[in-house]
Amino acid sequence: MRIPKTLIIGAAALALALTCCGPKTPGRQAVRDSKDRKAAPDFALKDASGKVVHLSDFRGRVVLLDFWATWCGPCTIEIPWFVDFQRKYKDRGFDVLGVSMDDDGWKAINPFVAEKKINYRVLLGDDKTGDQYGGIEALPTTFVIDRDGRIAAIHVGLSGKKEFEDAIEKLLEAPAVSTHRDARRPDES
Amino acid sequence: MSPNLSIAPIPTVKATKGSVSVINLRASLPAGYHANSNKPTEAYLIPLTLKWTGGPLEIDSITYPKGTLEKYSFSEKPLSVVTGEFVITTKFKVPAKASSGPAAQTGTLRYQACDNRSCYPPKNVPVNVVVSVD
Repeated sequence: MRIPKTLIIGAAALALALTCCGPKTPGRQAVRDSKDRKAAPDFALKDASGKVVHLSDFRGRVVLLDFWATWCGPCTIEIPWFVDFQRKYKDRGFDVLGVSMDDDGWKAINPFVAEKKINYRVLLGDDKTGDQYGGIEALPTTFVIDRDGRIAAIHVGLSGKKEFEDAIEKLLEAPAVSTHRDARRPDES
Repeated sequence: MSPNLSIAPIPTVKATKGSVSVINLRASLPAGYHANSNKPTEAYLIPLTLKWTGGPLEIDSITYPKGTLEKYSFSEKPLSVVTGEFVITTKFKVPAKASSGPAAQTGTLRYQACDNRSCYPPKNVPVNVVVSVD
């Protein structure tokens, strides 16, 4: 049977869209098979103290990378979950990184961090970083990154706590494929 | 995809020196999206705000649509929001010393929209109205 050329082109375009790292439509994803994961783009963003933090600093650890903003209602639902995850899993090689997309910067972020008792690293995001991740239009958008620095799951919009937790557990149980110089947290000596 | 608020074209506004003039801004959001009203129920939310930045008219008052209280999966309490089509009315004084003839009254409408699972960055929509002063 001959397959029409237009069908092949259409299927190829769809496959390309589905494998691209960027989220464009709301939804949530199960953990991708290891072979289907793409590298999470590295970035250099500042935390509240002005220290530059790279995603690659966390290589060897599972990372939940949350793009959020103080004015985002759904983000305020998820953030207490992430505080729990940070407390519960940090000693097993896990970290949450919160990337705030607030235009008003630390003036808006710092009081929010204090009020919500955020216990994980919060960074000030920018459009460049958003673009690296496929264009962050909807908040929250959260990437679950494996120990090898690859995107294992993407959640766009408010998701379920259990879905995140299942993904974190699964990734923590899996050994890293590549070897790493260090799996300690970047702020540990 | 990020929702775009649209503003219906505004016909030329006739403004007589020394009198009061009104501009009705008819805006609309796509179905399934809401924006915070001018008086959000939570301090962290960004309100719907119209700012007039230039033109011959003096602002007397701006009347925003009364928000409706809606409950969303991400809010513990109902939120004051606007949805669909709504009108923002601005009452202007026309200065007696205003120059006669056509002029532009300009401003910006700022809003921040969400659906029931996601929120989108605040946007500023330019507002341009032709005013005919006599």
